[in-house]
Amino acid sequence: MILQALAFYMFAAILLFSGVVVVTAKNPVYSVLFLILAFFNAAGLFVLLGAEFLAMILVVVYVGAVAVLFLFVVMMLGVDFTELKKGAQGYLLPGLGIGGLLLAELFIAVAYDWHIAPHAQSAAANPPGVTNTAALGHILYTDYVYYFEVAGLILLVAMIGAIVLTLRHRAGVKRQKAWTQISRGPAEAMAMVDAKPGEGVE
Amino acid sequence: MFLTNWFQHTAGWPYPVAWTVAQLILIVVYQGVVMVSVAFWILADRKIWAAVQMRRGPNVVGAFGLLQTFADAMKFMFKEPVIPAAANKVIFLLAPIISATLAFSAWAVVPLDNGWVIADINVGVLYLFAISSLGVYGVIMGGWASNSKYGFLSALRSAAQMVSYEVSIGFVIVTVLIFAGSLNLSDIVRAQGPDIRGWYLFSPLAPMLVVMFISSLAETQRPPFDLLEAESELVAGYMVEYSSTPFLLYFLGEYMNIILLCALMSIMFLGGWLPPVAVFPFTAVPGVLWLLLKIMVLFFMVSMVKAFVPRYRYDQLMRLGWKVLLPVSMAWVVVAAGWVVFVRPALAHVFGG
Repeated sequence: MILQALAFYMFAAILLFSGVVVVTAKNPVYSVLFLILAFFNAAGLFVLLGAEFLAMILVVVYVGAVAVLFLFVVMMLGVDFTELKKGAQGYLLPGLGIGGLLLAELFIAVAYDWHIAPHAQSAAANPPGVTNTAALGHILYTDYVYYFEVAGLILLVAMIGAIVLTLRHRAGVKRQKAWTQISRGPAEAMAMVDAKPGEGVE
Repeated sequence: MFLTNWFQHTAGWPYPVAWTVAQLILIVVYQGVVMVSVAFWILADRKIWAAVQMRRGPNVVGAFGLLQTFADAMKFMFKEPVIPAAANKVIFLLAPIISATLAFSAWAVVPLDNGWVIADINVGVLYLFAISSLGVYGVIMGGWASNSKYGFLSALRSAAQMVSYEVSIGFVIVTVLIFAGSLNLSDIVRAQGPDIRGWYLFSPLAPMLVVMFISSLAETQRPPFDLLEAESELVAGYMVEYSSTPFLLYFLGEYMNIILLCALMSIMFLGGWLPPVAVFPFTAVPGVLWLLLKIMVLFFMVSMVKAFVPRYRYDQLMRLGWKVLLPVSMAWVVVAAGWVVFVRPALAHVFGG
């Protein structure tokens, strides 16, 4: 138990610290690297909760894919973020207001005699008798499969939308067509010519 | 377990302390063995490569050149580490450490034999996948921090390559999970029992081993996909600016990842520690030797590919990853699911379970 508490405080402290650094760091590359650290520690918190599947997926999706693309953009653009951040102080008040509102709502939600819905009891991280992964799969693919499919469709629409918005056809682009290259036989590629001396081949 | 018992009863320590100390000793010994074995894998790689080119390969240091890798390692360690003046020092040194640490930590969940595993976690495969997807940071941080155009270009190339091929590795893993019904690596091996007939190599999953093999080559930057160190274009890859021990860490991490992926393939498709025939002389051999044998076969193939397949062009690499391997592995997820839901019960009905 004490080990768990220690682990929780370690993960939470590093998470909060790196969250602050993400916002305050001068160098945007440091921001992204600390964002990755934050994701990683959030995954640690998930593991402590017994939600091991979510922890791994968080690392795979956010750290392994999304943050890599962030890092790509930040490293390649070379945007002068100090220039961008000049007006940031002006956002302090609205930002604090929104943050305070969220905090107050959290307090209300947790403090006001809050019950986990009885139906959601089976959706706890570790329901008795099944592993976390199996429980999650049961919820997503059996109990709420239609909602899951709808969510997938929405994502598909978003993806197609992004492709359509950025797609442009250019005429005259030469592309390698691997299949035509491979399927070319000697009959089309070669011509046997009997060249007579002094005449050459046409 | 044995160590824990010994500390608890003979030394009289309380259980948590005994367990922690025992696990720490186990981890250190395990990583030591893995690290020393890497030396011989590197030697094997060089020897195989030499044999294909009708050379002798390393044969001077130690008998048959067995100590060559140790000599190389010593040489690297005693060299002066050069850090470029324009480099970002912290990240520059952090990157190879991250690379090597990740390569080590991935081995925690690999079962060497029935029960021979440091952390027998429920989501072992996902853990491996997550760790290997983190490997890209060692590369991209190193390339960026060395503040060299060549290093950075190469890091971008390899990061894009690793992210692309991870997708198809993910789908291959999904097909295996569907067949085994578990994310625990030990359970995946047990699901392939009792002998060679149960291995997923001899099931409808066989094509996925091919996809996995090609993707592993790309994921570990092995030839023919070693575009990040295409010497004619990029000098020597993201580690151009690295020397001495930091370079050694990169090198070590790279080879450990190759062996790890070979081990993962053996576990997912070749039945891990299981013997090919479950009768007496074969079952008496320790499982760890069977696993080692399977890893050796796969590593031999990886080496041979390096020896005789020419390097791909970058657009061909991307085409292969996104337009060939990804659709094939996605389609196979459907095939595998269909097999498990419809065909397997029918077969069980016909053959009586």
